[in-house]
Amino acid sequence: MSYLIQAKDLCVNRHKKNILENVFVEVKKKDFITIIGPNGAGKSVLLECLMGSFQPDSGEIKKRENLSVGYIPQNFNPESSMPISVKRFLTLKRKSTPKELIDISKETNISEILEKNLSNLSGGELQKVLLARSLLNEPELLILDEPAQNLDIKNQLNFYNLLTRIYQKRELSILMVSHDLHMVMSSTRQVICLYHHVCCSGEPQTVAKDPEFISLFGNDMAKMMSVYQHTHNHSHQEDSQ
Amino acid sequence: MTEAFMIRAIIAGVGVAIIAGAIGCFVVWRKMAYFGDSLAHSALLGVALGLVMGISTNLGTIIICSIFAVTLIWLQQKKILATDTLLGILAHSALSVGMVTLSLLERSVDLHSYLFGDILAVTPTEIYYILFGGLIVLIFLYFNWSSFVLMTIDEKLAKAEGINIVLNQLQIMLLMTIVVAVSFKIVGLLLITSLLIIPAATARQLAHSPEIMAVVSSLLAVFSVIIGIYSSLHLDTPSGPSIVVASTLIFIMMSIFSLLIKRH
Repeated sequence: MSYLIQAKDLCVNRHKKNILENVFVEVKKKDFITIIGPNGAGKSVLLECLMGSFQPDSGEIKKRENLSVGYIPQNFNPESSMPISVKRFLTLKRKSTPKELIDISKETNISEILEKNLSNLSGGELQKVLLARSLLNEPELLILDEPAQNLDIKNQLNFYNLLTRIYQKRELSILMVSHDLHMVMSSTRQVICLYHHVCCSGEPQTVAKDPEFISLFGNDMAKMMSVYQHTHNHSHQEDSQ
Repeated sequence: MTEAFMIRAIIAGVGVAIIAGAIGCFVVWRKMAYFGDSLAHSALLGVALGLVMGISTNLGTIIICSIFAVTLIWLQQKKILATDTLLGILAHSALSVGMVTLSLLERSVDLHSYLFGDILAVTPTEIYYILFGGLIVLIFLYFNWSSFVLMTIDEKLAKAEGINIVLNQLQIMLLMTIVVAVSFKIVGLLLITSLLIIPAATARQLAHSPEIMAVVSSLLAVFSVIIGIYSSLHLDTPSGPSIVVASTLIFIMMSIFSLLIKRH
């Protein structure tokens, strides 16, 4: 089995509308895949199907045996009436040694906020805590649903840098839904453009040229992508001179 | 002060306070105050059922409140109406059917004691219900604590980690059902929610972890119940409102206290 998880011919209907149509997704070892697509394209449903928390109407999902998956949800907003420290939250329903906790806190830069109350954290801190919690399970696959959605540019950058660093250091695969296209284009190896069906997929630059991508994201986005392509082409031209 | 009815009242009151304080934390965290109120309203139908069928009113209440909770979850899944609308319909129709049934009964019923509690008239059978029900609540809380807490922090995260949300939600609701069924004789149907939320809200200001909040909440509830019972006895006031007044006073004092501490 060459893949960690594979979804084939996935179909989901809700209220007589097709949310997902014959979707195929495959995550292999060391993959870094980003799913992009407009609102309501079925991205979150796809992730839920892959994690087994949503039953698709048809299609098949195959997982490698004992695959451990870490998940970072969209819009994480802990209930403020519950007093709970970051440390307690990290170890809730987790069997981790104090050393693992210390190591992972260092890895995700949250050592200083371990004693803080979870509901007092900033958006950027919360995302790092969620990342730390998912890493405590030593996941082979990390699934993230718009992890940097509510962060400002600086924190977005920090978060993606951290994620990239963890991806490079550890033996894990990443499947992520993201709207931050500039991030996607610069850090991801593979992009899947989803609009109920898989419109196109492949390397970021290939996807950016795809007519379906341009029709979904508009000319502005295509122009933005061309900036990335330009630098890319540019360096090639210099090489050839 | 060691008369039998007094000892019964204290045992019953402390038993109810311990479980109400702990479950009350989930009521506060999960914003279920309106649900608790509705559950308590529907309990009157349970009382009527118990009297009509000749079974214990506690058992009647457990049956009706469980049906209430299951129906609510089932309707919630359908997503046709908002939860508070559903609660309003279910609670008030159950209350009204209960009232109509009670008024049709041949024998006279002391409605006042059901609505506002009469802890000094607690019978030994009711104490068994409290102790047995309380034990069930504490066992469930102990074994499902981290699942309940994680689900309360974020449902999506809990779901992704393999926790069955609907099942756990139902469990919390059924535990609340037990609390309502065994405690309406103590504080009264109309005031059960306050015994659930006031000690928990007070404990929120003192605690730094969910476990400590639950323990402190239980202790505060016990404290309120004991003050309430004694003032009820000495001032001849209804027991339910006396307990609630006591817990409210503690809440106010703690609020002022923690405000002052934050200033300095």
